Formats: sequence, structure tokens, C-alpha cells
Amino acid sequence: MDITRFHATFFEESRENLAAMEAGLLDMESGGGGGDTIHVVFRAAHSIKGGSATFGFTAIADLTHLLETLLDEARSGKRTLDGVAISALLGSVDALRMLLAAAEHGDAIDQAMLARARAELERLLSGASDEAATQAAPAAAKPAASAEPQGWSISFEPERSLFLSGNDPLRMLRELGQLGELKVACRDDALPPFNELDPFEAWLAWDLQLIGNVKRSAIEDTFAWVEDQCTLSIEPLADGAPAAAPAASAVAAALPVPEAPVAAATPAAAAPAAATGAGRHDAGETTIRVAVDKVDALINLVGELVITQAMLAQRSAELDPGLHEQLLAGLGQLDRNTRDLQEAVMSVRMLPVDFAFSRFPRMVRDIASRLGKKVNLKTSGEGTELDKGVIEKIVDPLVHLVRNAIDHGLETTEQRIAAGKPEAGTVTLSAAHQGGHIIIEVGDDGRGLDRERILAKAAERGIAVPENPTDAQVWDLVFAPGFSTAEALTDLSGRGVGMDVVRKNINALGGQVEIRSRQGEGTTVSIRLPLTMAILDGMTVAVGGEVFILPLNVVVESLQPAADHIKTVAGDSRLLRVREDYVPLLDLADQYGLPATRTDAQPIAVVVESQGQRLALEVDELLGQQQVVVKNLERNYRRIAGVAGATILGDGRVALIVDVGSLSTKTQAAPATITEEYLQGEMAKVIELSKRVRKVA
Amino acid sequence: MRQMVAFALSGGGYNVKEAEDGIAALEVAKTQKFDAVITDVNMPRMDGIELIRQLRAMPSYKFTPLLMLTTESGADKKSEGKAAGATGWLVKPFDPEQLLATVRKVLG
Repeated sequence: MDITRFHATFFEESRENLAAMEAGLLDMESGGGGGDTIHVVFRAAHSIKGGSATFGFTAIADLTHLLETLLDEARSGKRTLDGVAISALLGSVDALRMLLAAAEHGDAIDQAMLARARAELERLLSGASDEAATQAAPAAAKPAASAEPQGWSISFEPERSLFLSGNDPLRMLRELGQLGELKVACRDDALPPFNELDPFEAWLAWDLQLIGNVKRSAIEDTFAWVEDQCTLSIEPLADGAPAAAPAASAVAAALPVPEAPVAAATPAAAAPAAATGAGRHDAGETTIRVAVDKVDALINLVGELVITQAMLAQRSAELDPGLHEQLLAGLGQLDRNTRDLQEAVMSVRMLPVDFAFSRFPRMVRDIASRLGKKVNLKTSGEGTELDKGVIEKIVDPLVHLVRNAIDHGLETTEQRIAAGKPEAGTVTLSAAHQGGHIIIEVGDDGRGLDRERILAKAAERGIAVPENPTDAQVWDLVFAPGFSTAEALTDLSGRGVGMDVVRKNINALGGQVEIRSRQGEGTTVSIRLPLTMAILDGMTVAVGGEVFILPLNVVVESLQPAADHIKTVAGDSRLLRVREDYVPLLDLADQYGLPATRTDAQPIAVVVESQGQRLALEVDELLGQQQVVVKNLERNYRRIAGVAGATILGDGRVALIVDVGSLSTKTQAAPATITEEYLQGEMAKVIELSKRVRKVA
Repeated sequence: MRQMVAFALSGGGYNVKEAEDGIAALEVAKTQKFDAVITDVNMPRMDGIELIRQLRAMPSYKFTPLLMLTTESGADKKSEGKAAGATGWLVKPFDPEQLLATVRKVLG
């Protein structure tokens, strides 16, 4: 058995355990988190120690041992953890994280950091009062004892008739021997005199001790076939006591296990379970760990199924409902099942947003103490679920926004007192569902954005400003590349890679950012994200003989414009009058370099909105609405401006998904150059590709 | 199902004989002694539980492992089978590895 395949599990769990320790320590520092917290922190440290020792990561095991010793003293009330001690513990959490990364990726070990963490812990351990010092030695020895594997004491007393069901006690003993170290004592006191002995009856009973981290259910499984034919008791061994075999009779012996390789592998297999066991009491056996690519493969397969189902639905639409009633009913059922399946599978990828939020308490504490500000972090909606991929990518933008909020948003303590505000500033992190979106907000109760300063800065940097800008338009300037309002650059934020990167990252996730701010009251940055990136509700439209998908969340309305509602301005640019407003009108066929197939028919305009920009798109026909599975064009072909992705339609055709955001930015920048921009050659290739796929299908 | 079991067991190096239902199985069992018997519960003519009862009554099958294939929901079938003399059961669906592991277990 290859032990390295357990490494990934160990690393992942250790990271979780470190996060739990950190959260617990912070709780303890702020006086919250009751008496249980220290136990949680201790268990997490203990798990890491056990796992690292098993896998031979001695540096990690050594450091956790010190950590655990200190925590054990605190746990048993021999030591109280003051701010200094907590800082030292947090420092060693960082060191452990570094060591884990080193072990996982082969990075160099930061010896200075490690030495510092060790020194601080050792100083705490030795510099304690005499009383604590004398107790340190036994305390240090104790974790080693409790690290002994626990085990089970099993009494197995078969009924006489056991053999008559073809069951053999030896089989069960052999199986138990494979679960862990088995000590066997046989009870033969029920054995009758030899002349009365019926060899077909079971007279012997066994007292067994199974040492190792074995699940009770595994033992019960072993005896499942005979549970109605025996008296069985399974009790945990008291306190991992050294398992001296009970008064052993002559028959007693450690059972020889014939399958030596299996037996040798068993401790390795049991070890990660040991590492898991302590830390995750609640999760128990109700969760399993699955590699993300397996889940993605599953999602992909369901995506294919959705396409197949759509194909069947399309083909069956031509059938006579009278003749094929049952088939059509079945297909309807298939439709519902597919949808349910899809939803269920998508939910597997969903994680609570807490996975992103949980790192912030520590970060806020560090930043605040470095800046000498007092900051309370409030989080809400941590349970809101979001696609794992989105959560991973949202962390960096959030980190940036939270840093900004503390660094730029919140005033200094003196300024706050002068303004009559509470001394400690508040930073809020919240997540909530809203329609098909998740809204994540980072807010502060600081000074708010300064309209005049932003406008001055924009002028200084040569950033284009709309005439008579509204507040929202002014706040939007903050996202322009190269914008930074910090008067003094700190090492935390304001280094140029700023809000423009935040917006870019969030746009890449299909999300949008906006700022709300009131002078003197604070600033809130609101991020709107789609629930998932893999499936999209789309409006299918026909353009130039091709089918395109418009994401339904950007579609505002569709209308058939009267000829006199279309105005041509400045050469080619056209505007469409939608009630009181004029919006730029683009012919999608033009955009994608398709032949104009429309002759007499009235064009249809679909009004879309993205990033606050409205745009009317001229299409030949509205075909319908459907959920489409987004296939990444970049991964399969290359990035093409104006195209967000592709999907496969029910009839096997490839349809491109229109990237409305990039269409609208193009109109803004240089309306006349769009057609060149959407290089006909590229588009022709994709369309050629789609035709080939269609032939194959 | 039967073919799958037979295929898996032959693949594991065992000599397998198939019978299509309880009565056919009983006939074969009378002419030849098997080391273990695996039977489905639901079969035409004679079901698995009756087969186990009859086999267990035969002196040559008194201690032979007799396994039945049940479904997760068939808890009462398990106890019925046990009462008829079954050694144990294997819950469907299972993969060939599980089947082989179970057979290796009972055959020691």
C-alpha cells in the first residue's frame, strides 16, 4: 500500500485543524468561547501531532508536541493563557503552517521562524512559576500516554449451535486480527467432560482485546452474521490502559495472521483515521472526502446528460402525442429527474462561505494591531453556500477589501473619538442570497469616501470622468486602473494593485462590484456573484443562421422596434429609443462577422444590461429559454473577445454564449471599431468548428 | 446476477457451478459436495431460503458456509435466512471484490 496517498488527506486535515486552533485561540483571547474552546484547540494540536508522527514529519511533530504540552497544562487548569501566551501559540500555528507547506510542496523551511516559535513556547514552558515548572515534566509525559491507540474489549460467547450455520469463530478472530492488534484469551470453563462433548457444538468463549483506532461498526460488522447466535459485548478499553492480556488460558495466544502483507498494511491504513478521529467528533461518519476532480467529472457527466435529455426532448417534440403518450410521459419524467439530479450534483460543489470568512478574524487582528487601530469584525451569513471554485477565487479580493476597510476606511482612534464615534471601528463581512445571486459585502463604519478627493485624484491621474457625475459614478472611479487615494502608502494596501484588480477578478467570476458610501458614516463594497459558473439560464436567439445564448440575468426586455425608433448617429453608430431612453443598438450578426440573412422580417432587439450599461442587441429571432452547460472556450480552443463560452444544444450544435460585458465596454470605448475588433477570421473558425461538431452529432 | 457472481468467483480461482433456481441447485448439490453455496433469495420454483433449509438438513452440508444475496431493505429476509440455517449474507449491490473477499473469509 502506498502511504503517500494518505499524505494529501493529512495535509488537508492539518490545515483545517490549524484553522480551528487559530479560531479557538482568537476566541480565547477575546474572552469568548467558553471552557470547551481549549479542548477544541488541544484536540486539533493533538491530531496534527499524531498524523505528523505517523508520516514521519518530525519537525511538525516536535513543534506540536511543545504546543500540545502547553495546551495540556492550560486544559487541566495548571496554567492560564494570557495575551503573551496566545501570541506565542498563534506564532507557532504560523510556523506549523509553514512546515506543512514545506512538507507538502517541498518548500524550504524557514528555520528562523521555526526557531522563534520554538523558543517562545519553550520560554513559556520553562519560565512558568515553580509550581507549573514542576508539573511540566509529568504533563509532557502525559500526552504521549494519551496518544496510545485506544481499543476495545470484546467478549464473545457463541451459542452451542454456531457451527450449524456454517460459521466458524476462527474466521471472526482472524478478521478482527486484521483490524488491529488482537489479544485473545479463550474461556473453556463451559467445556463438558470429554465423554459428554459433542464436537459439533460450540463450547468455547473468548475475551478479546483489540488495540488500535478501530470503529465500533467495523467490529459489529465482523459479528453481524452471528449476532443472533451469540452473546456479544463490545466495550471501549478504559483510558488506553496497557493491554495486558487477561488471565490467559493455555489456548491464549496472539493470533497468527497468515496474510502478512495485509496485516502490515493495516496500521498505515488505520493511521489517517487516527489523525482524523480526535478532531472531528461531530462529523463522524456522516461525511466523506472526495477529490475535487471526481466531483468535477461527475458534474461534467451530468452536464452531458442534460444535453442528451435536451436532445431527446427536442426530437420527441415532433412525435404525435396521441400515438406516443407513454413515451412522452416517460420523457417528461426524465426531464424532471435530470433537473433534480443536476441540482443535487451541483450542490455537492457548494461550500459555506465561512470557508472564505474564517481566515479574517486572525487577519483583522494582525492588521489592526499593526496599525494601532481598534477593530471589531462582525460576520454574518457564514452558512450561505457558494460554488467551491468561486469561494477560492473570492478570497483574494475580499482580503484586499478588508485591508482597505481597516487601513483607509476606518479613522484613527483619535479621529474617531473626536468625531464622537465608538473608539473601536467595526468591519462587517456578510453574505446573503438574493435571487439567483449571492451578495457578499464588506462594510466599515469609518469616514466614508471623499467625493472631492476622488474627483481631484481622477483628474490628476487623467482618468475620464462623466459629466455631472452621480455619487455612484464617482465611487466607480475607484475601480479605474492606477487609482489610489491613500495619502501615505502603508505596507498593507495602496500599492497600486488595487481596486481595479478586485473588479477584474470579480468580473472574471461573472460577478459585479459596487460601492455605497456616506461621508462620515462608512463605506460598503457589495459583490454580486452568480450561484454557480457551470450552468447558466440562457435565452437562445438566432443570428445569421447561427444560435447564440444570451445569459438570462443580463436580459432586461426584448422588443420589436419601429423603424422611426432607430436613429443613426455619427456614421455607423445607431441608437434605439426605448421609451424615454436611447441605448446603443448593435447588430449581433455584424458583431460576429456573420452574413446578414435578415431580409424583410422586422428585426428584434433584446435590451441587455451589464455593469450599469444598457445595450440593445439586434437579433433575427428569439428561440426560447433553456439552461445551458457552460463549456470553457479558452480551455478547449482559445479566448475570443465577445464570447463568454460555448455550449452544446439539444440537437448537437455548438452555440456561443455572448459576453455582454465586453460588448458594452467596446461600445463605450470606440463604437466604430467593433467590427474589426471581432475579427471575422476567428469567428469563422469557431463556426466552422461548430458545423463539424454538428455533422458528427 | 448469477453470471456476474460466477464470473467473479472463477476469476478469483474458484471452481464454480451455476444452477438456475433452488430445485436445480439442490439436484446438483446431491451429486457433488461444494465448499460453499451462494444463493439469491428470490428465485423461481424454490427460493433461496428454502434451498438453504434443505441443504442444511443434508448431512454433507451441515457445516458448509451457505451465503445468501439480499437487498438492504430485506432485513426480515436476513433473519428468515438465518433461521433456515444461512451462514451469512451479502447485501446487493456489491462489487466482485467484495464478493471475493467474503468468500475468502468464509473459506478461510
